Amino acid sequence: MSVLSKLKEAVICLRAGRVTLPYPATARPVPEKFRGRPIFDAAKCIGCAGCASNCPSREILVVDLCQEIRILQYLGRRCTYCGRCADVCPEKAITMSHEFETATNCIGDIRQRLDLFMSTCQRCGRCFKEPSHLEQLKQKGYRFDDVQNERWVLRSQAYLTSEAAVDDMKIEI
Amino acid sequence: MLKTLCQKMFGRSLWVYHANSGGCNGCDIEVLNVLTPYYDVERFGIKLVGSPRHADVMLCQGPAMRATAKALRRAYEAMPAPKLVFAIGSCACGGGIWFDSYSVLGPVEKIVPVNFYIPGCPPRPEAIIYGVAVAVGLVDKKTAPVQFKQLEMPIPRYHPSDLRGSGEMVVYEKAEKV
Repeated sequence: MSVLSKLKEAVICLRAGRVTLPYPATARPVPEKFRGRPIFDAAKCIGCAGCASNCPSREILVVDLCQEIRILQYLGRRCTYCGRCADVCPEKAITMSHEFETATNCIGDIRQRLDLFMSTCQRCGRCFKEPSHLEQLKQKGYRFDDVQNERWVLRSQAYLTSEAAVDDMKIEI
Repeated sequence: MLKTLCQKMFGRSLWVYHANSGGCNGCDIEVLNVLTPYYDVERFGIKLVGSPRHADVMLCQGPAMRATAKALRRAYEAMPAPKLVFAIGSCACGGGIWFDSYSVLGPVEKIVPVNFYIPGCPPRPEAIIYGVAVAVGLVDKKTAPVQFKQLEMPIPRYHPSDLRGSGEMVVYEKAEKV
């Protein structure tokens, strides 16, 4: 124990300064990848309810009031901010914000509710089915073997033949 | 009223008792992090005490579980009368992601009345300090329920018989509201 080591310690202690954050008085930035409260964008949401079916804590509820109106409710009480809803959203309508100051005396304050307009076919009122991948390819000219009728596509062609292929639709050439 | 009462009763110092009723210790670590010199909460007079009989505030972490519900209730009843309960973390606020399992009863408000909720999994130390500051009255709370509507009710209903051709356009004559 020399005097020098004591002096060294004193210098270290003096140089440290103040480490306590003046937090509630001044704002404190969060790290770049921090996930806070999810924010739902009603303008982008299409109401597919993928977030509701992917939520591990089942905190996003989807209720259909009628055929046109779907209510998507985020309660947020047991939300763990895992970000799976934001990952699965096809329209990127959910963003994980940097908001962490959500302390409240009423748990209902964290709630978010979207009233979504579900657009349906105006003629029959039912939803229509998208053509399958094969049907979409056939529209673009893809031809494939028909095993049942013993018609084979032996060679690919750079142009469409007028001859009809397997249950083909009429294509104007 | 609660706020003024809090300011009056707990203005100088909050002695907190730290009750974990079956959480994963993530929130415990954040609460202990709050007590370190970096986020020094003793400048607000907050002090961790070992017994609920000395405490003003109970910090609840973890959901109310079948095995620990009774003990949590006893700890709450052992606290002297002006008392606050903080639910820290998403388990204590709403039951956590295992809310529907056998041994979890649900949020701690099923067992003890909760005054302040600090959601997060786990909440940042700043979020806990913010919750305490909201409770003491240093800052105002920032959250409010949000509601968006893509379409205002009532919505017009389509009737093909009400379509009239005018020039090139098709005009929808009467918009019947549902």
